Amino acid sequence: MTTFQIEPTTERAQPSMVRVVAGKELTDATHSKWFWMWTAAFAGLAAVMASVALPGSQVGGYGTFGRTAASLVALAQIIVPLMGLTLGAYSIAGQRENGALRFLLSHPISRSEAFLGTYLGLAVALAATVFGGFGVAGLIAVVQGGGANAGSFVLIAVLSWLLAVSMLGFGMLISTFARSGSAALGIAIFFWLALAFLGDLGVMGTSVATKLPTWGLLLSAVLNPVEAFRLASLSAFTGSLDVLGPAGRYAVDTFGDMLSWILFITVAIWAIVPTGLAWFRFTRKGDV
Amino acid sequence: MITIEHLTKSYGRTDVVSDFSLTIPDGESIALWGPNGAGKTTVVRCLLGLVTYDGEIRVGGLDAAKQGKSVRGAMGYVPQELSFYDEMTVYDLLDYSAALRSLPPERVDDVLATVDLGDHRNKKIRELSGGLKQRVGIASALIPDPPILLLDEPTSNLDARARDAAIELLQGLRDDGRTLVVTSHHVEEMAMLVDRVVAMEQGKITVICDPSDLAEQLGLRAWLHLILTNGSAPHAIEILENRGFTAKLNSRGILVEVSSQGKGEAVGILQSAGIEINDLEVWR
Repeated sequence: MTTFQIEPTTERAQPSMVRVVAGKELTDATHSKWFWMWTAAFAGLAAVMASVALPGSQVGGYGTFGRTAASLVALAQIIVPLMGLTLGAYSIAGQRENGALRFLLSHPISRSEAFLGTYLGLAVALAATVFGGFGVAGLIAVVQGGGANAGSFVLIAVLSWLLAVSMLGFGMLISTFARSGSAALGIAIFFWLALAFLGDLGVMGTSVATKLPTWGLLLSAVLNPVEAFRLASLSAFTGSLDVLGPAGRYAVDTFGDMLSWILFITVAIWAIVPTGLAWFRFTRKGDV
Repeated sequence: MITIEHLTKSYGRTDVVSDFSLTIPDGESIALWGPNGAGKTTVVRCLLGLVTYDGEIRVGGLDAAKQGKSVRGAMGYVPQELSFYDEMTVYDLLDYSAALRSLPPERVDDVLATVDLGDHRNKKIRELSGGLKQRVGIASALIPDPPILLLDEPTSNLDARARDAAIELLQGLRDDGRTLVVTSHHVEEMAMLVDRVVAMEQGKITVICDPSDLAEQLGLRAWLHLILTNGSAPHAIEILENRGFTAKLNSRGILVEVSSQGKGEAVGILQSAGIEINDLEVWR
């Protein structure tokens, strides 16, 4: 071993490496008490909401699935962003802080592979939590005699997961900037508060103060990914956006049957954009 | 061969490593020596591509910045402390490390035997002592059987017994013909482990020398603390002072100021004079 030549290998991201890192992240997540706490909390609250839906009734014109879905939207728009943000925020910053990221990147693995593996592993873990919660609620609704609106129910479950991965992306973006895991978590919780509470009030206040046109109000609403999720979900099982007042009616009149799809795509875009920014930041910058 | 040319790493306006150039032939073991903040760990991180830098690093003919995956494939890295993956077992961690190198799990059994960790394979990382954690770090670095090993302060968190065992293990790896790059601030360990010492201060190379010359080159001196038989201390001081040493009484013996080469000489003088030495240690 006195002289050696290194055989150049491809520097491009390899799916096999992404899979290895994703598997490790998924295993870590399922061994984490936080993961089980979130899963139990979401599934438990979803079960409670499904149970209190009145069997066989048609309140507000929705079937059992519809009422359960409406309750779950309210639950998901609070809990799901918090899950995604905190998981994402701790991912890179926490590993950087304890040296695990340095150890990982000392292997023949690119930053893209490390990032995508981490993201996919956590996205799958979030899928287990979200679909587990919706699954429990859906079973209870079926037992109570529901069945109508099942398609919308599944669509809202998918939207909830897209919201979760969007927040995961935002969390990882925060993580690339933060100096420590605890700092990243603090910023993530502040961001969650801003999205879940201040965003809604801000849109309402701004629309009154600035006399936003109806299209402007709609646009400003979907600029908040949590609000975009709420509108997409409501549109999925009611077909209307009365909750937005004139802006909602404007949206329905303008886009018609396409509205649900437009809102769905908006949520999907929100699932991609922050992740892309986090990937760009992590791969181009950031000493470990 | 590792070639580093005009390596500079800055954080803001502060140069942590400045215009660092060094060539390390295949099979040579070198130490990056210096106080905390000298920049030695940053050089290792540059070699691994963990940080961005100015200048050029070539390993085995490849550019470490542009062909980082290929370069890291030829390197094994031993971190200062394995303070993560606490809940993983030794085997699982090494299996993960093997998977990250696209190597089969069978390789894990080989390195467990090499570093004598077979009895601990199912223990969790958090259950291991500092010395065993260090062995896991070395085992992980050895999984690809790399021609180059980078070791960041490999003995800094170990007690004396674990340190001796680690050095013995590393000596064996060096004797296999690997290139070793070790960061350390222990002069004695350098002498046992490396062919050349690169002393650094404030990001710059100050001295490149044989490890046995380092203390002399840098003007480092130490105090030899000798515990003598009762009543012989004043006579011992007189003998040593007559031979040009600086010596003084200490509560439990005498202190003799020595260079890195002078420890044996001082002890030999006293033994020739018939003064019995019960114990000794080096104070820096």
